[in-house]
Amino acid sequence: MELCDLSALEITRLIKSRKASAVEVLESCLERMGAVDGRPGSIEPGEITSDDKQKVHAFIFSDSDAALEQAKAVDKAIHQGDDPGLLAGVPYTVKDIFCVEGTPSTAASKILANFIAPYTATPVERMQREGAVMLGKVNLDEFTFGSSTESSAFQPSTRNPWDPSTVPGGSSGGSTAAVAACEGALSLGTDTAGSIRQPAAFCGVVGFKPTYGRVSRYGLIAFASSLDCPGPVARDIPDTALMLQVISGRDPRDSTSVTLPVPDYLADMERGVKGIRIGLSPEYFQITYPDTETGELIVQQLPGEISTPVLKAAQVLKEMGAEIIENVPMPHTRYGIPAYFVISRVEAASNLHRFDGVKYGYRTKSRQEELSALYQKSRGEGFGRQPKLRILMGMYVSAAQYSEQYYNRALKIRSLIRKDFDDVFDPRGKYHLDALLTPTTPTPAFKMDAVYGDSVLMQYSDQLTVAANHAGVPGVSIPAGLSSEGLPLGIQFLASDYAESTLLRLGRAYELATQEEAWRKVRPQVLR
Amino acid sequence: MAEEISRETFDHLVHLAALELEGQEAEYIRKQLNLQLKSVRELQSIPVGEDIPPARHGVPFPPEISAPPRKDEWLPCPVSDQIVKQAPQTEDRYFVVPEIPHTRLE
Repeated sequence: MELCDLSALEITRLIKSRKASAVEVLESCLERMGAVDGRPGSIEPGEITSDDKQKVHAFIFSDSDAALEQAKAVDKAIHQGDDPGLLAGVPYTVKDIFCVEGTPSTAASKILANFIAPYTATPVERMQREGAVMLGKVNLDEFTFGSSTESSAFQPSTRNPWDPSTVPGGSSGGSTAAVAACEGALSLGTDTAGSIRQPAAFCGVVGFKPTYGRVSRYGLIAFASSLDCPGPVARDIPDTALMLQVISGRDPRDSTSVTLPVPDYLADMERGVKGIRIGLSPEYFQITYPDTETGELIVQQLPGEISTPVLKAAQVLKEMGAEIIENVPMPHTRYGIPAYFVISRVEAASNLHRFDGVKYGYRTKSRQEELSALYQKSRGEGFGRQPKLRILMGMYVSAAQYSEQYYNRALKIRSLIRKDFDDVFDPRGKYHLDALLTPTTPTPAFKMDAVYGDSVLMQYSDQLTVAANHAGVPGVSIPAGLSSEGLPLGIQFLASDYAESTLLRLGRAYELATQEEAWRKVRPQVLR
Repeated sequence: MAEEISRETFDHLVHLAALELEGQEAEYIRKQLNLQLKSVRELQSIPVGEDIPPARHGVPFPPEISAPPRKDEWLPCPVSDQIVKQAPQTEDRYFVVPEIPHTRLE
């Protein structure tokens, strides 16, 4: 086991007790990156080679000199007897959808490929303040639009460390792949329809979506302002709790961040699960996908491979004192993706209107006589296919003659999706649950190129995660086993507003109860 | 069933979105939009009464947990140089762009 394979908590303990230095830990990570990552994503990648296809390619940008300076500062603080911070010396990565001062902050798009952020996002600032060491910016679907990281303008895009012929998931695929390959103990991702939880399930790591408003969005390049949630990616629950502690809390620079105090997540996590009421809902044990010929939607029960880890987890938690309640109705779950096609696209179209080639980012090189032509050419050349799809859908469903039928209707259905959660979590209601337990994804990681051209099928990989974004509630995906093909399987817990502690308690209990299981000893392919 | 977004409507949307698409890309995107709309039609399958409010976000934002608006104080931007320096074309801290079309009014 190398230093880079240790958890964030173990790293901080070693460093604070001077058994290892922050520089040594960093060097271990840099060595791991050199061994497994291959070349970083680029907007001019040339041919993708067969060697490329064996590597992870989590990174878009890294600066080992800057990281070394940060690590040295931590070691100096320790040497001088100063407090080096809660994340002292912990190497981490940042999804390149966050502005970090002095770094290219590209949103994995050509339209921002040359943009150097003049300021730093709040969650990153907080990690810096607690002594964490940033290894670099990691890859994602362009503007976070996707569920496989394949749409990035920076190629080669990230591959799954468990099987590099498969996708890491998305849009936080770089984050989850980096953590799975131990290129950094932690990563900061974002979750808009499941973009932390789904890739976490695919890559066998923990992915946490906080309640909307728990973590500031200041410095996050916006996709859907009412759905986006920054959150932690880690290899276990204690590390997740530690990072959540650091990044959460009110921020005067984000008016949607709540003023609620941040609990002591590390302490809360150890409180056990006696008496916690966990619901299983039939709506989360079926999947919907479009027929390849007709496009008609087919509904099926989930395959046993996906549902078995969930049912096993329910059994484990029951034995630890939790109560399992079956047949909990969540009747509007099936509208999650259709509503998302409408709501997220309207917000995306609005948020992407600012990219016009005027003040920053890409401007067309072709000579234009007219301002509107400058806009069209710059946006046409700068945006990839996924942004164009989202912008155009957003334009259509919000157009005056359709908005009642589409946008306003979708917003009302959002109320109904939210109500499903309100009803089951209501302390005076029939179920009075503390959490729901569901699978995270309808399938394990799929092969690169297998789904990409089919935008409906791709979006449906978020069907079990998206409802939590509509409702704003917190959720976590934790590893729960391996498929028959050796690919990670995730299970998901969802809880009520600001009940992150409940999720951490459940995840921690499950981890402790299953820590000797054989599948936990298997490592991703790239590390064997 | 007839496609919902015709070529004409599509071209209009592209114009509104200040985008430019070439032939094959345009046709692929138009086709995907129409396929997505098939999924969106699911939203029509349940009644949605007048009494159901549109939800612009999921979690409620009561005053107890939301920050009040800040004081209307002017603060200078500390990084204006870094911002202007990155602009594609500037002159005396103005952003330079091509001409806006002029129309003679009768």
